[in-house]
Order: sequence, then C-alpha cells, then structure tokens
Amino acid sequence: MKHKTLTTALLSAAAFGLMSGLASAQDIGACLVTKTDINPFFVKMKEGATAKAEELGIELATYAGKVDGDHETQVQAIETCIASGAKGILVTASDTKAIVPVVKKARDAGLLVIALDTPLEPIDAADATFATDNFKAGELIGQWAAATLGDEAANAKIAMLDLSPSAPSVGVLRDQGFLKGFGVELGDPKLIGDEDDPRVVGHDVTSGNEEGGRKAMENLLQRDPEINVVYTINEPAAAGAYEALKSFGKTDGVIIVSVDGGCPGVENVKEGVIGATSQQYPLLMAAKGIEAIKAWADSGAKPENTPGLDFFDTGVNLVTDQPVDGVSSISVADGLDRCWG
Amino acid sequence: MSDATSTPRRSDDYEQSLDESEASVAAFESHDLNWLDRVQHFLHRNPTMVPVIVLVASIAVFGFLAGTRFFSPFNLSLILQQVSIIGVLAAAQSLVILTAGIDLSVGANMVLMSVIMGQLSVTVGLPTPIAIAVGLIGGMAAGGLNGFLVTRVKLPPFIVTLGTWNIFFALNLWLSGAQSIRSQTLDEQAPLLKLFGRSVAFGGAQITYGSILMVLVFAVLWYMLNRTAWGRHVYAVGDDKEAAELSGIRTNHTLMSVYMLAGLVCAIGAWASIGRVGSVSPQSFQEANLQSITAVVIGGISLFGGRGSIVGPLIGALIVGVFNSGLRLVGVDVLWQVFAIGWLTILAVAIDQWIRKLSS
Repeated sequence: MKHKTLTTALLSAAAFGLMSGLASAQDIGACLVTKTDINPFFVKMKEGATAKAEELGIELATYAGKVDGDHETQVQAIETCIASGAKGILVTASDTKAIVPVVKKARDAGLLVIALDTPLEPIDAADATFATDNFKAGELIGQWAAATLGDEAANAKIAMLDLSPSAPSVGVLRDQGFLKGFGVELGDPKLIGDEDDPRVVGHDVTSGNEEGGRKAMENLLQRDPEINVVYTINEPAAAGAYEALKSFGKTDGVIIVSVDGGCPGVENVKEGVIGATSQQYPLLMAAKGIEAIKAWADSGAKPENTPGLDFFDTGVNLVTDQPVDGVSSISVADGLDRCWG
Repeated sequence: MSDATSTPRRSDDYEQSLDESEASVAAFESHDLNWLDRVQHFLHRNPTMVPVIVLVASIAVFGFLAGTRFFSPFNLSLILQQVSIIGVLAAAQSLVILTAGIDLSVGANMVLMSVIMGQLSVTVGLPTPIAIAVGLIGGMAAGGLNGFLVTRVKLPPFIVTLGTWNIFFALNLWLSGAQSIRSQTLDEQAPLLKLFGRSVAFGGAQITYGSILMVLVFAVLWYMLNRTAWGRHVYAVGDDKEAAELSGIRTNHTLMSVYMLAGLVCAIGAWASIGRVGSVSPQSFQEANLQSITAVVIGGISLFGGRGSIVGPLIGALIVGVFNSGLRLVGVDVLWQVFAIGWLTILAVAIDQWIRKLSS
C-alpha cells in the first residue's frame, strides 16, 4: 500500500506543478488521462492529442497511471483537471465502472468527457466514446483465418491467447469477435471460454507481452500439440507465441492472427510471423477527441455516434499480404504507413 | 518414607539413601517427544526438507492426476525452462533475504539491463559482447546503489528497493521507448543475446541453456555461501548484525557485496531472459520481483534472515512451476492457479514460523 500512496503523492505533486505552469496560458484547456505511459498505444495517443492541440491552440495537460489498473491516479488527474478550469477531458479508464462518479463530477462542472479506446460502464456515463470496434477487429481476423484454411477450418485446432484473468472488456470483445468470425458458436458473448466447440483447444492469458505470450502458447501446445490456429490479444503476445511454436518446431502450417497494428506487429505480418492483424488508430482517436473539445468550447456542440453503434468508431483495417475473398483488407505496405508505436 | 520396623536402619549407613536415587550418568533433561515435536526438530535441523517434501509430493500428486502428459521428459524440461528466469532472480533475492533484507528491485533491474544490452547492440551498434558486459556491470552497479543506500545512508532495504524499483522501471521505459526489439532483428544483429534460448535435446527433453544457467548460478552461490568465509559472514550478518559486528565482521562490506552480487545475478538473468522471451521486451516480467520472493519463501528461506539454504529457492521456483503445469494439465483455470500459489506461500511462511519457535 505504501507503494501506491508514494507513487500517487509523487504523481500529484508533478501534476500540480504542471498545472500551475499552464494556468494563465490560453483560453481552452484540455486534459488527456491514459492508463499508462508504458504502452506504445497510449504513447501514440498522447502524440496525436499533443499535435492536434498545438494545431488548434489548445493547452493540453497529460496524465497517466503508473500501471494498467492504477485507478487512484486517474481519479486525482480528473479532479486536478476540473480544478484547472479545462473545457474537456479525454480518458482511457483503467477501471471503467469506478471512474464513473468522478466523470459525473467533471460533466456537472461543465466539462466535455470523452472516453477514448475503452468505453465506460455504462457507456453513456461519458459524453461520447471514440474507440475501435474491438468486436469487429476480432471478427475480421476470425473471418480471415477461416477463409485462409478453407475446408480445413472444420478441423481447426484453435488456441486463444487472451489478456488477463480479470478479462477486461477489450479482451472479451476481441476474443468473442474472433470466434464468431471464425464460425464458432458463442455461449454468452460477455464471457470468455464458455463455448462448446471442440475446435477450441483452450484459453490462456498473456498479460499482452512477449513473455506471457510464449508461456501461454507452451501451455496450450502441451494440451494439444496439433494446434494450427492461434488468436492473440495483441502483437507482442503473438511474437511470444511464435517463439514457443519455434521451440516446439511447429511454425509451419500454423496461422497466427492478432489485433493492434503497431509498427513492430505489422513488420511481423510482413515477415510472415503473423498472418493478419487488425489495425486500430489511437492517434486518430486522440486527434478527433481534441477536435471535439474545441467544438464543445466554441459552440457547445457534442460529438455524435457512428450510425448503428453506441460510440464513434475510429475504424479498423485488416492488414495482410494474403487477402482472401469476402474480407476487405489493406496491404502490409499501407499498414506500415499508418502503424503506430 | 522409611518404614522403621521392617527395615531397621543403622545410623552410620550414610549411603543408604542413595539406593533410591537416579543411578544413570548425568544427562540433559530428556523431552518425551511426540511425533509432531520430532518433525519440528527434524525440520529445524534441515530447513530445506520442507520444500523438498512439498516438491516430491506435488510431483507425485500431479503425476497421478495428469499421468504421462505430466511425466513426459518434454513437460518436465518445459517446467524447468519456464521457471528459469524467476529462478535466477530468486537466487539474487535469496542473497539479500539471507541478510534480513528484501530486494523489490530485482525484476526491474533485470528488465532494465536486458533493455540496455539490446539497445546498445541493436540501436547503438556496439559489438554484442561489449553490450552484454556493460549490462552485467550495470546490473552490479544498480545493486551497488541499493547497497550504498542501505549501508551508508542507513535506509531500510524495503524503502530503498521500493524506490529503485520505480527508478529502474522509469529508466527502462525511457531507454526502450516502451518498444520491444523484435526477435528477427536480434537474429540479424545480435544473435549472441539469444544464446540462452538455445537448447540441447536429451531424450525427449529439451534443456535450454537458460535452464542450465539457472542451475549453475545456484551451484556457484551454494559454494560461495557454504564453503567460503564470505558465505559464513552473510549468514552471520543476517542472523544478528550486531553480534556479527562485535565478532569482527565488517558487516557493511558484507552487505555491500551481497547487494552488488545480487545485482550481477539479475543482469545474468537479463541476458538469459532475452533468450527465453525471444525479444527484448520492456513490458515483460513486471511481477517478477514478487514471484522471486514467492519462490524464496516457498523455498524455506526465513524472511528474518540468517536461516535457510540457497538450494531452497531453486526448489521453491520448481514447486511453483510444477503447480502451474500440473493444475493446467488437469484443466484448472488460471485464476485458481494463482489462488493455489497464494495459499502455498502463506503455508510456507506459517511452517517457517512454527519451526522458528524452537530457536526462540
């Protein structure tokens, strides 16, 4: 506990210093609160927001939790932001339910709150949500994998490399999207691992990094060495899974699919480590978010959702050099042009 | 109690009263030990026996439940492979815990050094052996920083390493830009970094150089702790620092050397981790410090210092590996694997406390 308190104290001290330096600068202020500064995804988000804010003349303050799940720091960041008189907040919440009261406080104080990447629970607790359609991201790679296997899809042995035991919504959506895209009948789409299809060998968790990806792949290969389709929550996990397959001497004839579209991940698609990946656009999310805050400050207009969805879809593209019929995709070269991190 | 009428007694028979007394040679008071006390005494003399028994028992149980899948040479070598990095860190952790300290920075130190080795050889373009040497020296220096703050600035190890944990972590993110160096890039530019990922096939088993390295690290540390004066000093400092000081041990020197050696072992782990993970991954091993403490505790090293064998943490790490592998093969959810390891840790400390009652 000491650890957390200490970190929080240090972060708030830093935040306070930052805010006092900014107070008098410009009229429109905005805050970006991300889960961590570790993940390149959020680093890119910060870049997108910073560039857009500079362009529009908005004063941007950025905050991040220390690790994924650091809820306290995010609450304090939002409180600091309200006190600073900013016009709006962009937030990727670590705890999508617990953040709701402080978000309400911000909205009551007249700030526009936009959830980036991760929807709050309930989703309408924020004024708007700018996010990747994670279910669709999963669905695309599922469809691609099934089409690539053709008739053999009926005999596939599938390994599911998920995020963490706490199964956050992004992990569930991608996992279930993939299975649906592949043609596996889902149980409860809010639950991981309740499907009956014997083609699914099992689910394991990776923490979204290489080490976890390797271990999880080893574990599932122990359960069934015949695995030939590997779904991964993100590209670092995919890279780890590939290492495990290599050490088992099983890289041939195994399809790895992933989600994210980070530059090292797209490089791995280019080299055939990953078959296809669904690319998302954090930079765009953040830039759109800043534009929305500007519009809110200027005219009081709130952003609107993508028709048919309860959030604004910032888009997702399947990146592969082995396109299949019926699933639209972009080339690796295009993917590299638009990759993040 | 004498009966005067039946046994008339001569007044000068001075030794008569001795007839009824104990005739055996003087001895220490002998306890009438029940079996539990015997177990307690046995474990007090052989602290490593607890983890050994747990390891053997868990192998037997999971072997019975999961059958040949568990007992296959391949699976056993895989367990060894999966615990190798945490095992090396547990070795470093043990050194510090033997001195009644704790090192929360071992994992962060390791990841930082792996990033330094990777960045120097790939981004900066230094020859890989030099990059590795810089990493190893850096690990030792990082441990030295902990040692300096503990011995010279007189701060508690918990606080010092809590601080350096954050510091190393931040440096890691700064140097790596939070980006992994890909496996293929390493193959092209610095294959030596992945040395410990190579393996030798042995029957059906696949023994990685990393697994062998872990065993070697423990062997060397065992020798240092049990066969050198330095090793006796480490135990003495951990058992009672003041007494050690009074008996002429330069306790601060000993402590400093322990932290530096622990740092070096972390850096060796860093090199091995690149082979294990396949890439230089700044985001991996974020819980490695706590996992190393778990292995040490389950391995029967006392958190109060000065007691326990360095072999214990190796066995502790293996127990965690066997539990995870066994539970998985039986089909237990990840959640309950975490749950089981939690109870195992508490049980291990409880047993340690119970055994310690004898010495107090």
